[in-house]
Amino acid sequence: MRREVVKLFSIAAVVLIPFHSPAQQSAGPSSHNEVLIKNAVVMTVTHGNIQNGSVYVKDGKIAAVGKEVNAPSTAAVIDAGGKYLTPGIIDSHSHIALDDDVNEATSPVTPQMMMMDAFDYQDKAIYRGLAGGVTTSLLLHGSANMIGGQAIVIKHKYGANRDAMLFPGAPRSIKFASGENPKRVYGGKDQLPSTRMGNFAVQRAALVEAQDYMREWDDYDAKVKRGDKDAKPPKHDLRLEALADVLRGKLLVQIHCYRADEFLTEMAMAKEFGYKVRAFHHALEAYKVAGDLAAQGVAIATFSDWWGFKQEAWDAIPWNAVISMRKGVRVAIKSDSEDFARRLNQEAAKTMRYGGATEEEALKMITISPAWIIGVDDRVGSIEVGKDADLVLWDGYPLSSFGVPDKVLIDGDTYFDRSLPGFGMPHYREEE
Amino acid sequence: MTQSSGTVGGRSSVVVGQLLLALSLFCSSSGTAQQKPLVLKGGKLLTVSHGAIENGVLVMSAGKISAIGTVSSIKIPKDAEVIDVTGMTVYPGLIDSESYLGLTEISAEGSTNDLIETSDEIMPHMHVHDAFHAESELIPVARLNGITDAIVAPQSQDTLPGQDAFVQLDGKSAKDMLLVRDIAMPLNFTGEQRRNESWEKRKFPQTRMGLAAQLRQAFMDAQDYSERWADYEKKKSDTSGKPDDKKGPPSPPKRDLKLEALLPYLQGKKSIVLAAREPSDLETAVGLAQQFKLRFVLNHVSHSQPVLDYVASLKVPVIVGPIYESPKNYERYDAVYRLPGELYKRGVKIAFASYDAHAVRNLPYAAGYATAFGLPHDEALKAITLNPAEIWGVADQLGSLDVGKTANVVVADGDPLDVKTDVKRIFIAGRSVPMTSRQTVLRDRYSAK
Repeated sequence: MRREVVKLFSIAAVVLIPFHSPAQQSAGPSSHNEVLIKNAVVMTVTHGNIQNGSVYVKDGKIAAVGKEVNAPSTAAVIDAGGKYLTPGIIDSHSHIALDDDVNEATSPVTPQMMMMDAFDYQDKAIYRGLAGGVTTSLLLHGSANMIGGQAIVIKHKYGANRDAMLFPGAPRSIKFASGENPKRVYGGKDQLPSTRMGNFAVQRAALVEAQDYMREWDDYDAKVKRGDKDAKPPKHDLRLEALADVLRGKLLVQIHCYRADEFLTEMAMAKEFGYKVRAFHHALEAYKVAGDLAAQGVAIATFSDWWGFKQEAWDAIPWNAVISMRKGVRVAIKSDSEDFARRLNQEAAKTMRYGGATEEEALKMITISPAWIIGVDDRVGSIEVGKDADLVLWDGYPLSSFGVPDKVLIDGDTYFDRSLPGFGMPHYREEE
Repeated sequence: MTQSSGTVGGRSSVVVGQLLLALSLFCSSSGTAQQKPLVLKGGKLLTVSHGAIENGVLVMSAGKISAIGTVSSIKIPKDAEVIDVTGMTVYPGLIDSESYLGLTEISAEGSTNDLIETSDEIMPHMHVHDAFHAESELIPVARLNGITDAIVAPQSQDTLPGQDAFVQLDGKSAKDMLLVRDIAMPLNFTGEQRRNESWEKRKFPQTRMGLAAQLRQAFMDAQDYSERWADYEKKKSDTSGKPDDKKGPPSPPKRDLKLEALLPYLQGKKSIVLAAREPSDLETAVGLAQQFKLRFVLNHVSHSQPVLDYVASLKVPVIVGPIYESPKNYERYDAVYRLPGELYKRGVKIAFASYDAHAVRNLPYAAGYATAFGLPHDEALKAITLNPAEIWGVADQLGSLDVGKTANVVVADGDPLDVKTDVKRIFIAGRSVPMTSRQTVLRDRYSAK
C-alpha cells in the first residue's frame, strides 16, 4: 500500500492540476496519421543504413521499414529526395523547461522532489531542441544534493498540451550527485557536507534511514498478518518512501559524478545497499576506470569535449567517450545545456574524430544508448517496426558541422518543418 | 576595410631566435626557429586568397611561406625536408577574434583566473599583456585544432575592461607570443555591465543611462587631459630657447594612466571593439562612438536582425556571435545562426570568435554551422582566417597561404570546418609544433590496453 504512495502522488499531480489549454493551441496527433517517407538514406541505428529506403508510419508507430514498403495510397508522402533519416535524438541529461526550479538546495537529501511539479511545458527551449532534432529528453533534478529529485521524461511536442508531452509509461529515474557541487552548496553554508567524506556519509546515512523505514513497515505488515489488532502503522514519509524505492530497485539511479574514484565509491555503495546504478552523468574521468564501469553494466552520459570549467573537469579529454566505449561501456552524449541540446548531432560526430567512432557508434550515442539510460529503448532510439515514429529528416549529413533538421516527426506527426515560416511548427501559433 | 593600425611586432625576435638556435637539427620544439625549408607536397591547398590548389606544393623557409603552387610549377629546394600530404587539406592557421586564452585555467577556481577587473567599469589601463600566461595548458589544446592566433580580451563585465592583445599560440615565452600588445579596446554595452545585481547592493551605474553617462564623462575627461598635455607641450616649446625666462620651465600635468590609455582611441589611431546585442543598445553605443569620433568594429549584434541594413550602412566589420547564443523567445530558432549569412549578404566583413578559453578549439565548427544557415563555405573559412587578419591589421603577415606571409599552416584530413576532421600537423612560423597537449598525454596513458 505505502509502496504506492509516491507513485500515487505523482499521478495525483497530473490529475489534480487543472488542464490548461496552452495559449497557442492544443494539437494532439492528427486523426489521419499515415505517412510514407520515401527515397531516404534510412539510418536505422540498429540494422545499418538503407539507401533509397522507405519508412511507413501508421498511428504514430513505425509500421514498415525497407527498400520497398507496402503503404496504402491514403498515406501522406514525404519524398526525402535522398536525404538522411534518423531516429529522433534523445537527450539523457537535460534541465530545460523547469523555469530554474532545478535544485531544491535546502537539504542534501531531497528524493521526494518531483520534477513534474516544476515542468514548464511552454518553455521555448523545448522548441529549440526540437528544431535541433531532439524528440525525447530526461529532465533531471540538479546536482546540488547528494540525492536529488525524481525526473520526468518528455517528448518535444511543442504546442501540444502538458500531458501530451509526457512520455507515456517511461520508468522513473532519480538523480544522485557527488563531488564539488554538494560540497560547495552546503560547505558554503558551513553545513554537512563540505568534503567528499561528508558527501558519502550523508548518502550512506540516508540509505540506512531508508532501510530502517522499510524494516518498520515490514514489522508492521508482519504484525497485521499475525492478526495483531493493536499494531500501529508507522508514519508515512515521502522522503524515505522514495529512498525505499531506490532500494527496491524501482527507480533508475542516475548519478552526477566526475572523478574516477567517485565512480568506484558510488558503485561500492550501490553494492552495499543492493541497488543498481543506471548511469554516471558527466563522467568525464570514465576513461580512467572504464573496465570497472563495464563490469558493473553502468552506462555513462557524457559531454563530447567540454572541460576545465571546474577542478573535477580538469582531466576531461574528448577521447573519453570512445575509450570508454571500446572498453565495453554504453556511452551517451548528452547536453546538460539548452545550447548543446540544439546540436547533439555535432557533439556526437566529434567522437568520430576523437577516437574514431564509426558513424553508427556515434549515432548510437544520441539515440539508442540514451534511450537505454532513460529506460525507453524498447520504444524509441532506432528505426524499427513497432517503435514510436519519432524521426528526423536532415538537410545534409547529420554527423557533421553542416547537417540540420528539415523535418521532425514525433509519434508520426510533424512537429517541426524548417520550410514553414514563423517558428516552423505546424502545431503552434504565437498568441496574437 | 582594414580597421586597425596595429602592426605585427615580435617578428624580429623570430629572426633572432633563428640565429641563436642553429644547434637543433629538427625544428620541432616550442619556440625554436625554423631550421631548414619544409615542403608540404601533394595536398589540397586552401589558399583563402586565391582559391584552392589541387596537388599543391607549399614551401616554408625561415618562418615564411616562400613558395606556393602546383607540384609541376614549384621547384623544391635541395636541402628541404619534404612532407607528403597527399589526400590532406592544407590551410592557413585559424584566427580567433575573441578569446580568453592565457587569462584562465579552471573557470570555477578563482586563483587561476585573471579575466576581468570589476572594481570599476572604466578600466582602459588594464592590459591583457600584463596577465597573459604563455604556459597555460589551454593553449596547446586550442592549437591542436588548427587555431594559431587569437585576440585575447578581458571578459565583458565592464564597459571599458582594458586592452586586447593579438597572440600567436606558440613561442618561447609571452614576449614571443604577444604579437601586438594593446591592439584594440573593447567597449561593452550589452546591459551586463550594470551593477544592479540586487536592490540592496545597488551602486552606480545601475542603469544603461548611468553606464552611458559614465562613458561620455570618461571620454570627455580624456579630451581635457589631452588638451592639458598639448597645452603643456606648447608652453614648453614656447619657453625653450628662452633660458632667462623668469617663470622657469612649465611643469607637466599629472599623469593619469586611465585617461592616457584612452588617447590612442580618441585620436582614431586604434579601434574600439563595440559590443552590443540588441538594436537599442547597438544604436546607443554607435551614437556614443560617433560622438567621440571613435574608430570601431562591431561585436556580437546577436539580436539585431531588424536593423541589419543599418549595421551594413556603418561600413565596419562585425565580430559575429556567438552564433550559439540562445534566440529570444520571440525569435525563430535559427535567428542567431543566420546572422553571419545575413551580414555577408549585405556586404559586411565578418569574423567568428570563440568568446571562450576552453572551447577555442571549436571555433571552426561555428563557422561550419553558419554554412547550414546561408553563409557560403568559402566565406566561412575566410571569416576565421583572412577577414580577421584584415580586421586586426595583420593581413600582411597572416590569414592566407601567400608568399611572404608567416608560415602558420595547418594540415588536416578533411574540411577545416567539419567536426570530424582531424588535424594532423601544425606549423607556426614554419616550426612543426608537437601534436601534444595535457589531454593527449592523459589519452595515451589510459587508452593502453
